[in-house]
Amino acid sequence: MTAAIERVQGGELQPVDVNAWIGEYPFRDVPHPTPDVLIRVLEREGFSGAWVGHLPGAFHRDPVPSNRHLYAALRPYRRQLAPAPMVRPDWPKWEHQLRDAVDEGAPAIRVYPAQWGLPVPHPGLIELADACGETGVAMLVTVRFEDLRQRHPLDTAGDVSAAMLRAIARRTGAVRAGRGAVMLVVGAGKDLIEETHWGLTPDEQSRVFYDFHWIWGPPEDHFGQLVRTVGAQHLTLSSWWPLRLTQQCRALLALLPDDLSSRASAPDFHDGRSLVALARRHVDSPPVALKERGTDRVYGR
Amino acid sequence: MQTPSTAALPLGGSLPLIDPHAHFHTPFTNRVDWARYNASRLAAGDRIGVLSHVASVLGTWGHTSPTYFSSPADQSQANRWMLDFAEAQGARVRAYVAVNPNFTQHAVAEIEYAMSRGAIGIKLAAGRRADDVLLDDVAQLAAEHGVPILQHIWQHRRRDWPNQDASDGIDLARMATRHPRVTFLLAHIGGGGDWAHTFPAVVDNPNIVMDLSGSGIDRGMIDEALRWIGASRILWAADLTLCTALTKLFALDHLGASEAEIAQMRWQNAVRIFPAGAFDAALAASKSPLPISEVAQ
Repeated sequence: MTAAIERVQGGELQPVDVNAWIGEYPFRDVPHPTPDVLIRVLEREGFSGAWVGHLPGAFHRDPVPSNRHLYAALRPYRRQLAPAPMVRPDWPKWEHQLRDAVDEGAPAIRVYPAQWGLPVPHPGLIELADACGETGVAMLVTVRFEDLRQRHPLDTAGDVSAAMLRAIARRTGAVRAGRGAVMLVVGAGKDLIEETHWGLTPDEQSRVFYDFHWIWGPPEDHFGQLVRTVGAQHLTLSSWWPLRLTQQCRALLALLPDDLSSRASAPDFHDGRSLVALARRHVDSPPVALKERGTDRVYGR
Repeated sequence: MQTPSTAALPLGGSLPLIDPHAHFHTPFTNRVDWARYNASRLAAGDRIGVLSHVASVLGTWGHTSPTYFSSPADQSQANRWMLDFAEAQGARVRAYVAVNPNFTQHAVAEIEYAMSRGAIGIKLAAGRRADDVLLDDVAQLAAEHGVPILQHIWQHRRRDWPNQDASDGIDLARMATRHPRVTFLLAHIGGGGDWAHTFPAVVDNPNIVMDLSGSGIDRGMIDEALRWIGASRILWAADLTLCTALTKLFALDHLGASEAEIAQMRWQNAVRIFPAGAFDAALAASKSPLPISEVAQ
């Protein structure tokens, strides 16, 4: 076993999962996608909590009712489950969606550029990224929900491209002001990560992170390669519940090559807790103060 | 979280484990890292606890002829490399003979040659639909030699995909109906397509068993396979991604399967469908807490 997985299994590390959802998936049945079951699975797998989105909402036009449902469904479980609601920047009054997210203590907001049909680069996404940087909320981008080969014929959205990711990471005004948003990309494989990471400046790279649920271990050893090249400091743990088997991160860690497995050399991966700290590194006042400004531009200073 | 009691135990648990869907690369493919790839597979298999990899090589993996339409020369070369490799690895690696059924005489000769050298199964990929009469000679030979056919399957083929004449569960069910004495191992329900379509397509063909391999790790997939097909017709396997295979091993403990059913999926079904004694040596080397006599049975 790797040192990292030993530390997780032994309770020394209790990472916060950055990618879980509740609710039904429109294209196939997913077993019992409810918060109470999620809590049990997280405890079993050694996660102390999770960032949780509302799965069906990704396929709706209006994100607001889904966000409302998400906040209500998670309320009894907020000690472990943090809402990661949607903010759709091509929707009127999207600033209200972000304000609600901040008010609810969301560590991240979700965007689904592929499902919303947003072109590269979409000015709203850049503006939203600026706002996320200012408010200390991470922007979570889902590359895909399923492998391309298995998608329902009605699921024609396609994957989020590396060009889209680079455009968001490069072009925010807040980046130029040194207050760029933390961007978390979930569902990317090795090629997409490499095409994104090596297409950014070191400063831009420092704000972009990837979960590793879709990166393959042996015999291709993509995961080990990315730990060596891109670095564990850009990789995060996730569960992908309820769509995928939650044990994948554990399996990948356990199969890391020997030289990345010793306790002394075990890489430090990110999780929800550490990403929150990074996202809020420039935020001087707590989010609630922003609400008191009484402005649509809740992220303004 | 399932925590092994000692660090020395395999990651996949202490019960025996056989991978009936493995592949290796050769010096004749277009990968310069072919030896690293093979070493990585074997090392990861050791860590997981795989006692035996049953493997094939599909031509030159596209280098000099397409992976799923390998030329006779490429496939002969690949099979000889595979048989040599299995011989060199002993019980740890067993060989399928892979054939392109479009070249029937060549396929028949390859099967006879490989069986004489210890191959324990036949691999059919996607050179021809599984229900094509061209495959009948191959199936007949499988029956004569008492070996299973591992058939590459696209779960619910709704259209043609590039570079292959893929088959799905319905195609394979037709073939299995024509050849009831042959066991067909339906490949990788996690390997792409819609797995939910496959289970009802083959449920009435008891001579079709299926493997869990593939990169797909959808929640609900193994649960539905157990409901439709039952543990006696499911074999754990890896194919190209050992990480997702280990994930599925971890998950088996949480799906409501009994210990006996898990043992079936991990190794007992493989022992049943392959020729008698195919895994005796590998099982004898197992660190399983079960008595060796019981394991061997």
